[in-house]
Amino acid sequence: MFILNHLWIILALPLLGAGINGLFGKNWPKAAVNSVGIGSVSLSFLSVLEVLREFLQTDMSHAWFQRYFNWISVGRFSVDFALSVDQLTIVMLLVVTFVSMLVHIYSAGYMAHEGGYYRFFSYLNLFVFFMLTLVLAANLILMFVGWEGVGLCSYLLIGFWFLKKSAADAGKKAFITTRLGDFGFTIGILLAFWTFHSVDFGTIFGQASSMAPESATGIGILTAICLLLFAGAVGKSAQLPLYVWLPDAMEGPTPVSALIHAATMVTAGVYMVARMHPLFSRAPLAMFVVAVVGAATAFYSATIGVLQTDIKKVLAYSTVSQLGYMFLGCGVGAYAAGIFHLMTHAFFKGLLFLAAGSVIHAMNGEQDMRKMGGLRRKIPVTYWTMFFATLAIAGIPGFSGFFSKDEILEAARTGPQANFWLWLLGVVGAGITSFYMFRLVFLTFFGKARYDEKKVHVHESPRSMTVPLVILAICAVAGGWFAAPHVIGGTDYFDSFLHPVFASYPTPAGMVMQSNALASGASVATEVASSPGMELMRALTGWPVIVAVLGLLLAWWFYIRRPDAAKRAMQSMRGLYTLIYNKYYVDEIYAALFVRPLLWISINVLWHVVDEKVIDGTLNSIAHVSREAGGQVRELQSGNARSYAAWVVVGAVGFTILLLGLGIWMVR
Amino acid sequence: MSIPFILFFVFAAIAVLGAVLLILAREPIHSALSLIVVMVSLAVLYLLLGAEFIAAVQIIVYAGAVMVLFVFVIMLLNAGVEERTNWSKMAKYAGLPLAFFLLLEIAHWMWRSAIGTKIANGVGAVNPAAVSTVDLSTLLFRDYLFPFEATSILILIAILGALVLAKRGE
Amino acid sequence: MSVVPISYYLVLSAILFGLGVIAFVFKRNIITIFMAIELMLNAVNLAFVAFARAHNQLDGLVFVFFVIVVAAAEAAVGLAIVITIAHNRRSLNVEDVNLLKF
Repeated sequence: MFILNHLWIILALPLLGAGINGLFGKNWPKAAVNSVGIGSVSLSFLSVLEVLREFLQTDMSHAWFQRYFNWISVGRFSVDFALSVDQLTIVMLLVVTFVSMLVHIYSAGYMAHEGGYYRFFSYLNLFVFFMLTLVLAANLILMFVGWEGVGLCSYLLIGFWFLKKSAADAGKKAFITTRLGDFGFTIGILLAFWTFHSVDFGTIFGQASSMAPESATGIGILTAICLLLFAGAVGKSAQLPLYVWLPDAMEGPTPVSALIHAATMVTAGVYMVARMHPLFSRAPLAMFVVAVVGAATAFYSATIGVLQTDIKKVLAYSTVSQLGYMFLGCGVGAYAAGIFHLMTHAFFKGLLFLAAGSVIHAMNGEQDMRKMGGLRRKIPVTYWTMFFATLAIAGIPGFSGFFSKDEILEAARTGPQANFWLWLLGVVGAGITSFYMFRLVFLTFFGKARYDEKKVHVHESPRSMTVPLVILAICAVAGGWFAAPHVIGGTDYFDSFLHPVFASYPTPAGMVMQSNALASGASVATEVASSPGMELMRALTGWPVIVAVLGLLLAWWFYIRRPDAAKRAMQSMRGLYTLIYNKYYVDEIYAALFVRPLLWISINVLWHVVDEKVIDGTLNSIAHVSREAGGQVRELQSGNARSYAAWVVVGAVGFTILLLGLGIWMVR
Repeated sequence: MSIPFILFFVFAAIAVLGAVLLILAREPIHSALSLIVVMVSLAVLYLLLGAEFIAAVQIIVYAGAVMVLFVFVIMLLNAGVEERTNWSKMAKYAGLPLAFFLLLEIAHWMWRSAIGTKIANGVGAVNPAAVSTVDLSTLLFRDYLFPFEATSILILIAILGALVLAKRGE
Repeated sequence: MSVVPISYYLVLSAILFGLGVIAFVFKRNIITIFMAIELMLNAVNLAFVAFARAHNQLDGLVFVFFVIVVAAAEAAVGLAIVITIAHNRRSLNVEDVNLLKF
């Protein structure tokens, strides 16, 4: 049980890498920086594999807990530096370290010609450290440390090219927007402490397990806590209405987009909701809100993705949309399905971003899809890996995305908290997803080259970039079979692995169910008892598949068969087109509603009035009064002997009166 | 009205008159002479109070030496310049009222003090035996010997100082 | 036999002192101001003598003795200073003695 007894090693490795690269890497050759950066994360990944192996040897019925030292102790408020590992943690650890490792290897190739090489790897390692802290934390405060830390690293990495104004602005936007969510998160933590007198997960969940579920109409204390914590997730995981930072975050280097804004940081919100499931399960209103926000975001963001022209922006909106699906899954009680989608999404979205980076690299920095075309014969590895990833995200049967998305939608349709409208939003969104993803592939790789072939010399990327692509492609294809539900005659390893986590702290029977086994349709009372064959048929002919194929066909029609059809459609729906093309003007609305008034208040009120007039004014007037008083007193020393004489008399008279008065008062 | 009273009022009036003249005089020499008048009348008052020795000292030292010194200096410096009082602000607004107030205050309390009434009722007859010079000198050289010697040194210092200052003035 | 009450002398002393203060404040010639100081000292002497009579003690007279001596010494030194100033500033106006500024 070596690593389980020394969990801190997993955290220390990337931190060490960040420190070494940050402090010493400036003058090292690239190979040295590489080895430290990639090596530390790879060692972390190996440690995580060891964790898995050791954990499998335990009885896996409860979390493995490690307390290191007491970090904060103020009155009744006590926080330990404590780590814990259970099945959910292991899934997240695997995803984070595995994808990080691949992205680090990829970055060695992608960032080879960039300045600040050592800084990049230092920040990336630091990010991994914080993300692992977030995942391993055994209490809310330590999780929050990781939460904030990844936000910091996101800011640093988005604004990596800090001399470019748009990049610096994007970094600020990301940090500030997530800050809004974090404010709610903090209040949620405080409320949790106030309710449970502890921030430790074990203690909180233990107390919560004896609390009855709250009603779905009022806002009880658990609902309040869950809603506030979810607010943090809305910010961090870019849901409505705080998603606006994620598309702008594409200013950062593509490996950053792949790791942070696809696979790991943005999924922190989903992890948090899944981790806090004992609370959420007892707050039906909160769960409903989660599901609604998730479904709405999924649909809304997909519509925007349809018309974007920058290849990375399409993927950004796609990420927002897929995160919505994860929250939808958690919101209807299918936590394991949500986490499963998190895992598959990390694979195929990470792959999509890295492949897009490869395309951009091949096109010498061009990111506009309208200026691409016909690339599939020139960069075949990139093309095929991206194509498989697209098949996965669209939900084409057989690929990983199909399994995870289908599970979520099935839970939304027939689970214990099913809701027709949410399911409808999800399904339509899936169709749109399929459409715009294939649109991306067709525009980029098919058709005639819409760029000057003499000016741009398209070449395949180096091995350091293509090997991770291939590895991720394999995962994107095969990853789904982990959780192939009983439908296909497969065993749902994933769900049964996670079952103990989500079945712990159960609510009284008759209320909300957490176990995913029920949500996957295997034993829902409303369904007719089904055989694997029937389940397969249902799955294959279900709406998700239909809309996925429809999306593919539509994209093929618009972008391969009849390219001008797209233009005609655009002209006929000019208004709607403009609205969606400008992303529903949300950024402009926010700017007008919040940013500009705030700026105005900052400048005109806080700066001119409060700072200059009140604070400076007070100090200045104090100094002024002092100076004036001093000036007046100084005039006593006029050098005029007569006034001195007069003052002497005044003093003498005053003193005499004083003495006389004193004498009278004493004699009285 | 007995003689002491008449004498008192007459010479008190002369003293006050002299002081007023001192203020009103335009030339310093006139002020000096008025001051001499004041001092002489004060000497008479000392006599009335039975302090002969002090009266004599007053005439000899004060009126006879100090004022002579003043007159010499005035003549030396040719201080005959007409001066017009240019009242300083502080003096204008605070000096006069304050001085009057001080005057009235002191007078009022002295009038009403216990000492005053006690004395007004008969104490204070001139008793020649008590105020003889012998008694005064006994007190001076026995009980107040140290201040006496200190004053001597003070005079010495004053002489030296005056010498040095007057010499440098050239 | 009627004796002049001591309080009369004290009132006179007060009046003389007040006049001395007035002269001290309002006159411009340095020497005149000096003379005002002497006037004040005289007034005080009168008070001392009056109290000596009132208490039938000679200590008041001793004090008067010392006052006179010190006043003489002070007049000597003071007038020497006045002469010096008059030579330097070429004026006996007290307002020209204005170098005590810094």
